[in-house]
This record gives sequence, structure tokens and C-alpha cells, in this order.
Amino acid sequence: MENEKDVLEVRNLKINFNTYAGTVQAIRDVSFDLRKGETLAIVGESGSGKTVTTRSIMGLNSPNAVIDSGTIMFKGQDLLKKSRKQMDQIRGRDIAEIFQDPMTSLDPTMKIGKQIAEPLIIHKGMKREKAYAQALEMMKLVGIENAEQRINNYPHQFSGGMRQRIVIAIALVNYPEILIADEPTTALDVTIQAQILDLMKELQAKTNTSIIFITHDLGVVAGMADRVAVMYAGKIVEYGTVDEIFYNPKHPYTWGLLNSMPTMDTGGTELPSIPGTPPDLLDPPVGDAFAARNKYALKIDTEKQPPFFKVSDTHYAATWLLDKRAPKVTPPEPIIERQKHYAELVHQEIDKSKGNHVEEQEEQL
Amino acid sequence: MAKYLGKRIFYIILTLFIVSTITFFLMKLMPGTPLTNQAKLTPTQIHQIYKQYGLDKPVWQQYLVYLGGIIHGNFGTSFQFSNQPVSYLISSRLGPSLIIGGQGMVLGVLAGLVVGAVGAIKANTWVDTSATIISILFISIPSFVLAVLLQYYLGLKLRLFPIADWGGFMYTVLPTLALAASPLAETARFMRTEMVDVLSSDYIELAKAKGLNKVGIIYHHALRNSLIPVVTIIGPLAVNIMTGSMVVENIFSIPGIGEQFVKSILTNDYPTIMGLTIVYSAMLCVVLLITDIVYGLIDPRIRINK
Amino acid sequence: MADNAKQTSADDFTPIAGADRAKLDDEKIATPSLTFLQDSWRRLRKNKAAMIALGLLIILFILAFGSHFFETHNPNATNPNFANLPPKIPGIDINGLNGTLDQSGERVNAYAQAHAGNNWYLLGTDYLGRDLFSRILYGTRISLEIALIASFFDLAFGVVYGITSGWIGGRVDTLMQRIIEIMLSIPNLVVMVLLILVLKPGMTAIILSIAITSWINMARLVRAQTLELKNQEFILAARTLGESSWKIAFKHLLPNLSSVIIINLMFTIPTAIFFEAFLSYIGIGISAPQASLGTLINDGQKNFQFLPYQMWYPAIVLSVLMIAFNILGDGLRDALDPKSRE
Ligand SMILES: Nc1ncnc2c1ncn2[C@@H]1O[C@H](COP(=O)(O)OP(=O)(O)OP(=O)(O)O)[C@@H](O)[C@H]1O
Ligand SMILES: [Mg+2]
Repeated sequence: MENEKDVLEVRNLKINFNTYAGTVQAIRDVSFDLRKGETLAIVGESGSGKTVTTRSIMGLNSPNAVIDSGTIMFKGQDLLKKSRKQMDQIRGRDIAEIFQDPMTSLDPTMKIGKQIAEPLIIHKGMKREKAYAQALEMMKLVGIENAEQRINNYPHQFSGGMRQRIVIAIALVNYPEILIADEPTTALDVTIQAQILDLMKELQAKTNTSIIFITHDLGVVAGMADRVAVMYAGKIVEYGTVDEIFYNPKHPYTWGLLNSMPTMDTGGTELPSIPGTPPDLLDPPVGDAFAARNKYALKIDTEKQPPFFKVSDTHYAATWLLDKRAPKVTPPEPIIERQKHYAELVHQEIDKSKGNHVEEQEEQL
Repeated sequence: MAKYLGKRIFYIILTLFIVSTITFFLMKLMPGTPLTNQAKLTPTQIHQIYKQYGLDKPVWQQYLVYLGGIIHGNFGTSFQFSNQPVSYLISSRLGPSLIIGGQGMVLGVLAGLVVGAVGAIKANTWVDTSATIISILFISIPSFVLAVLLQYYLGLKLRLFPIADWGGFMYTVLPTLALAASPLAETARFMRTEMVDVLSSDYIELAKAKGLNKVGIIYHHALRNSLIPVVTIIGPLAVNIMTGSMVVENIFSIPGIGEQFVKSILTNDYPTIMGLTIVYSAMLCVVLLITDIVYGLIDPRIRINK
Repeated sequence: MADNAKQTSADDFTPIAGADRAKLDDEKIATPSLTFLQDSWRRLRKNKAAMIALGLLIILFILAFGSHFFETHNPNATNPNFANLPPKIPGIDINGLNGTLDQSGERVNAYAQAHAGNNWYLLGTDYLGRDLFSRILYGTRISLEIALIASFFDLAFGVVYGITSGWIGGRVDTLMQRIIEIMLSIPNLVVMVLLILVLKPGMTAIILSIAITSWINMARLVRAQTLELKNQEFILAARTLGESSWKIAFKHLLPNLSSVIIINLMFTIPTAIFFEAFLSYIGIGISAPQASLGTLINDGQKNFQFLPYQMWYPAIVLSVLMIAFNILGDGLRDALDPKSRE
């Protein structure tokens, strides 16, 4: 899957944490690519390993983390082999990150102008005046009004939404190749949330930055992402384009996630959440980690981890249900609806371009 | 700001008024008079002396006279040194106390900041453990024990510093060290907790994501944010120093107000005790006011205009 | 993938049912979580320093309160003939424990000089010939008694004051906080001294003066925590259910305040011990002939150059007492408030 357009290639990443209770296998063999200018969403329940994955791209995992295996290739070099000093130079210049809570992400005792200018001063060796001038531009770009005056304000003088704009300005001030956004809107209320997402899309169009967008809210994903990776218990269990994941999901876990997603017509009614809890990563199960919560579980799920099965060139899912020998199961009603909708979509596409048929076949990764 | 200051000063005056009142009436309850120790006096002599101290008037008149005096900086006459006004006794002794107290505070706080910051930066290593041991020891060993040990080992044995008396910087070294121990330990503890907190905060995480190196993070973000709250413990530390100075000044025979306070207690010199009580409270009020103002100035989140 | 190597059979691809399903479901059940206190205790036990401190304190408590069984002599009995005898343990010949003294560069047997015969004093005697060991035990007991009483006032007064102030709020709260502010602008020691002078030095005066000054911190912390808890859901829920205000305060609030209370108590204790020693040291605390660690240190200090043991031993016991309480306090804070330390 080597690709010209890939800016980041993560291969076979395994990360453990040493704790009092034992070794937590937080990331268990994760591989994915990030293409130039795209938005890749990583979704999954709390504790599935989304943050740990991105932290290791930044080289900022906690001290008790052990990289068991894997590579993270960026511009032809393995980030996992870089020294701390080398990573300091990459962070904030080539790869930037924005965090969940804008209320706590900014230094409360430093003027925001300086906070935005800091990455320029560190990485480009800019003089103060020049860096501040660029910081000011950046503030205007992210939509802060009266930027000239507000550059000397402190974080507490801004609302949550404004603060997240400042955090975005800090992240993008060096026009990084990659922007990691770890639940950037979870702490904001809905209208502000939409504004921030629009801003991110708008800036992405301008800067051609690739975004890794982490969330457990599938609703946000639909409007933001080009591709989606679904994580469960330290593994990616399904990935594909947004349309494929939303309208033709193959993994029962993705079904569960989609079913628990609020839509226009579910409105305020109670949503079915996936019963049960994720497995204990201190001692992960032998087979498919999702088996215990999967009502479609097969015997083999308790014995062997499923490989990725190819659904289309861009769509893969790791579930034994896609094996030729597996019985045909009927997904939950709403998923069938989605798949019908997807079939229509694909037909329209085929009519347009006379493309290939979607074919299910096993693929070794 | 002016409004805030006015309000604070009003409360200080109110506090000092209450303190003076309580002290005055407590002293009226005291057993013993200035004459307890001098038995052989004729009734006329006694009357003479009572008149001299104003003790022949009714209590409420004495109280008003006393309050009126305080406003003019007059705390009455000492029982112990019959002709000395208490205000003179105190003012002439304030200097040495302020010098060793101030030095002890500055040394203790600065050293404490270093010990605490190093402990936090090297958290959960042997450096941190040593820093913690230093603070526990200095918090636990009473100042009067430390003072005696310093006097004996550094003064008498090694002859590095004079063992007692007053007269120049060298004389201040040992008392300063003895007084600095407690603020050092308290500051180190506070600073460590504060900085460990700051270092695990989101904005430090963001600073790392910017590509700032460890030194940059500590220098530009962590230090200032953990230093600011230290201002809030200066008041309590000043109290520690006042307490400590009473024994330390005694041990090193320093002519300060701490030594005077203990002497006055032991000789039932009520006017001096009352005067010193008010002076101690006033000093504490001023320290608290200054630290609050400084806190407001250095922490952008706090605005003094309530 | 490696696990593809093993041949799989068609049977593997049947859905899980019956017993297998039940077994799988069982795995979902998480291990029962520990209660907050159990969890804290487990954390505290891991803290070696705190456990050593706790052990030391238990030993000191037993020695001090059982002093009648341990004291080798009457702590207040004077014996001028045996004054200033250094520590001696029969059969041990180490300078400092063999009853010899350094007199102008020569070691002399002080016990022989005093014709002490077979008498021996574990930690030596003071200038009146009183047994230092027994006096230290007695002094330790006073320190611990003061500590217990100060804790009691902290609980009885500080906690109630704090809850009342925070729970009622409004004007009552403002007034109560003003009172505290005024008390805070007089150094504690000055308040104590004034009270002691009025009440005449002695155990009662000391206890009262320490009690009156010790509760303030507790009251402030409890109030702050109460204010925070007051608006939390479980309290609001209890309110809407119509439980009486004071019942809520004690049934729901108190358990949630317990961490704050325990932690603060652990710092009141060494402070109280310090003040007792301090007041006795400057001569307005426990008065002769009773022993307190403070008076013992003051007595010992006068002869420190020649008979250093007279100050060292009480000073060490006092310091160990303070260190142990401080370490235990730190340990409890870390155990009860896990976010305070990683
Ligand atoms: N420092 C650490 N020590 C031990 N375990 C850790 C550590 N950091 C993360 N983990 C574990 O790794 C797993 C993955 O955590 P991670 O934070 O990546 O989840 P997440 O998908 O980001 O969840 P959330 O949606 O809650 O942010 C969790 O089981 C977590 O307990
Ligand atoms: Mg996360």
C-alpha cells in the first residue's frame, strides 16, 4: 500500500504500558496511512487507543509507554527512531496537535500573541516583531475580531470557542504537514462546535494540511472526514471511505457505533448503546476482542483474531463474518437501510463511470 | 484599585481595633500588677504609682485613654523598665528583628523555591526524595533545637560565626539560618506540589506539542505558573518567622522584639505585651495586604477592582 | 497473519450458542471495584515511609501511655547525689552509653565519682538527678495528649464551624468568615500567650490556647469543600427528596468531607505538639516539676556543651514525633487524594 500521496505511514504499531497491575497492551498492531490533504477520522469508544496512537506520532507518550514494534514513516524517516531533540524540531513545525479542552490548553499567564508566536520563534528563529506580525495574521485567519487589540489579551479574556480558535492558530502557524485533532470540539457546545469544524475545513482547503481527526462522535465524522478508521481495544477493526463506513459497514462493532449515533429522525429518543464493556487490556482475549459483546460471534472468534477482509480497494474490515465459510448474518435493521442506500449510491456511480463491481475477498495485510 | 485599597485598610484598622480591645480587657483580667514584685511600699507610694500608670481611674476611662494613646503611637509605659515608653522600647528593637526576619524569609523562600522546583522537575527520582526529606526535616525540627545546634556547632565548635549578640552582618548569619529553615521547607513543599500540577497540565502538553524543549517548557511556562501561587503562603510564613524569632532572638541574645516579648511575658510587663501584640498583628496585616496586592498584579486572572 | 497458519475447520464458523455463549458473557463481568477507603488503605500500605512512621508512632504511643510499666524511675523524684549522670547501660562499653564523661579531654567514670554503685540510668540524669528516660516518656505522653485534644477540638469545633458556615451560606457565612479573617491576622502564638497569661500557665491553659487557635484551618478547608459539594447532584437530589437540611449535611456531606478532615487533622497534630513544646520551652507551658519535651530541651540546652545528651535525647524524641506525624500526614494525603501525586 505504499503510496506517493501518503504523508504518514503507520505500520504494525504495538504499544504497551508498564503499570503496577501489569502490562497494558494499549495498541495491538495498528497500521494506517494518511494522504496529503485528506482528513482521516479515527473513531472508537473511550479507551480504544486513539489518543495513544496519536501521542506516539508526536513522540509524546507517557514515560511508562514501551513501543513494542512498528514504524511510523514520515517523509521517508521513522519517527520512532528519532531522538528527543529531533522530535522537538518536528513537533509544531511538521506535525501539530490541538487538544480537547480549550479552557485548559492555553497558558493562563501568557499573552496569547506570544503563545501564537512561540512556534515561529522556536522553529524559524524569527525575531519578535516578525513573529508577532505573523501571529496577528494567523489570528485574523482563524476569525478573531479586533486581533490587533486582542493580541495582548490573556486566555481568560476569551470564550471557549475563541480559545479553540487560538489553539488552532498556534497549531497552524507553521503550516504543518499534519494536524492531529484529538476530540477538538467535545468540550464545546453544539453551535460553536459546528463553527470550529467549518473553520478547520476552511483552513485545510487553504493550507492543504492532512488532518487526523479523533472523536467518538460519528455524527461529526460524516461532515469532516474523507476516510474513517474504526478502533476497538487497541486495534483498527474497519477502515474505508466515509461513504463506505457510513453506508456499507461490515464490522458488527461499526454497526453498533452507527446504531448508537443520533440522527435527524432519532431526535431525542433513547439510543441503543453497545452492551458490555471493552476487554481488559492487561490480559486481552485470544481471539476477536469484540467477541464477548458481539451477538453475531462465531466459534472461531474466541480462538483466532480475524485478519482484514477486503471489501473494496479502499474498504477493509477485520471480522470473521466476511470469511467465505461464515454463515450469512442479517445486520440490524437500520444498517440494512444504510446498505440499501449505499447500493443506490454505487449504482449511480457505476452508471456514471462503468467502474468495477464491489467484490468481497480475503486479503492478507 | 483605590477603592480596594481603601476597603482593605478599613478592615485592617477594624482588626487592629478589635485586637487592641480584646488585649486591653484580657490584661485587666490578669493576675499581678507592676507592684507584685516589690512588696515593701507604703500605701501612699502605691497610690502614687497607680496614679502614674493611670490605674486609679475606672476601667472604661483607662480603655479610652489607652485607645487614644494608640492612635498617637503611644502604648503607655513599660512596667519593667519604669521610665521607658513602650513605643520607644518597641521601635528601638524593631530593626534587628526585621533584619533577621527579612533575611530568613528571603533566604528560606528562595532556597525553598529551588528545592521544590528541582523536586518537581525530577519527580519520583532520588533527587525528589532527597528534596522531600529536606523539607520534612526542616518542617519537623523545632526552631529552638535548630538554633541551639547551629550555635554550638557552627559558632562554638567551628568558630565560623559569633555565637550571640548583635553588631554587623556576621552576627545575623546564624539566627537567619535558624529562621530560614521553616519557610524553606514550607515553600519547597508548596512549590513541588504546585509545579507537579502545572507540569501535568494541558497547556504544558500544548507547549510540548509546539516543539518547545524541556528547558523552554520549564522556563517559559512551568516556572511562572507555579511561582505565582507561592505568594499566597508568604503570610503564613511570616507568622512562622515571628514565632521562631521569639526563641531564636533569645538564644542568640539579639535585642529584637521577639526577645522583648518573651522577657515581658516572664515579667508580667503588660503594657509591653499589649503593645507588641498590636505591633505583631499590624505587621501581619501589612504583609497580608502586600501579598494580596502583589498576587493581583502578577496573576493576570485576578483583577483588583472589586 | 501468523494465526492463519493453523488450519481452521468449517465447524469454527458456526455461531456461538448455549454454554459457550454464557461463558463468554461471564467474561464481561469486571472485577468488583474497591471502595474508596479500601483503595486508599491499599495505597497507604504501599508507601513505605508512611508505614514506618505509623509503626514508630504506635511504639511511641505504647511507651508513652504505658509509661508506668516502662519507666525505670519516678520521673519527678530528685536525687542531688546522682545529678548529671550520663547514660549508662550495664554491660555495654561504648562511649556515650557506658556512664563515662569527657572532662577536659579525659574520660572519667561519672557513676564511680558519684558513688552510684549498681544504679544505672538508661539516658542519664538531669541537673537534679532525675531520670531522663522516665521524664522523656512522661513528656512524650503530654505531647501526645495535647495532640489528641487538639484533634478533638479540630473535629468538634473546626468541622462544625466549617460545615455551618458553608452550608448556611449568605450573611451567616460572611460573618463567620470575617471572624476567621480577624483571627488569622493575629499570630497564633500571640493569642496563645495572652490566653495563658490570663489563665495562669499550666496544662489547662495550654490545652485551651492550642484548642482555640488550632481549628481555624480546619474550618476554612471544610467550608470550602462544603461549598463545592453543596451544589452537587447527590446533594440536590437529597434536597428534592425532602430530607431535612441537617440530616443531609451529616448523612451525605460528612462522608464526602472525610478526606479533607483526615488530611488536615494530620497536620494539626504536629502543629499542636510544636506549640506545646514551644510554650514550655519559653517557660509559660507545663511547669516544674512536671516534664515536657519543651522544658527538657530548655534544661538540656543550658548544659549542652558539657552534657549534650541532656538536650539531644528529648530533642530527638520531639523531632521524631513531628517527623513521623508529618510523613504519615503526607502519606495519608497522597492516599486519600490520589491526584495530589502520581
Ligand atoms: N500512561 C498510561 N499508563 C497505563 N495505561 C495507559 C496509559 N495511557 C493510556 N493507557 C491505556 O491505554 C488505553 C488506550 O487509551 P487512550 O487514551 O488512547 O484511549 P482513547 O481511545 O483516546 O479514549 P478516550 O476516548 O477516552 O480519549 C486505555 O486502556 C488506557 O487505560
Ligand atoms: Mg483520548
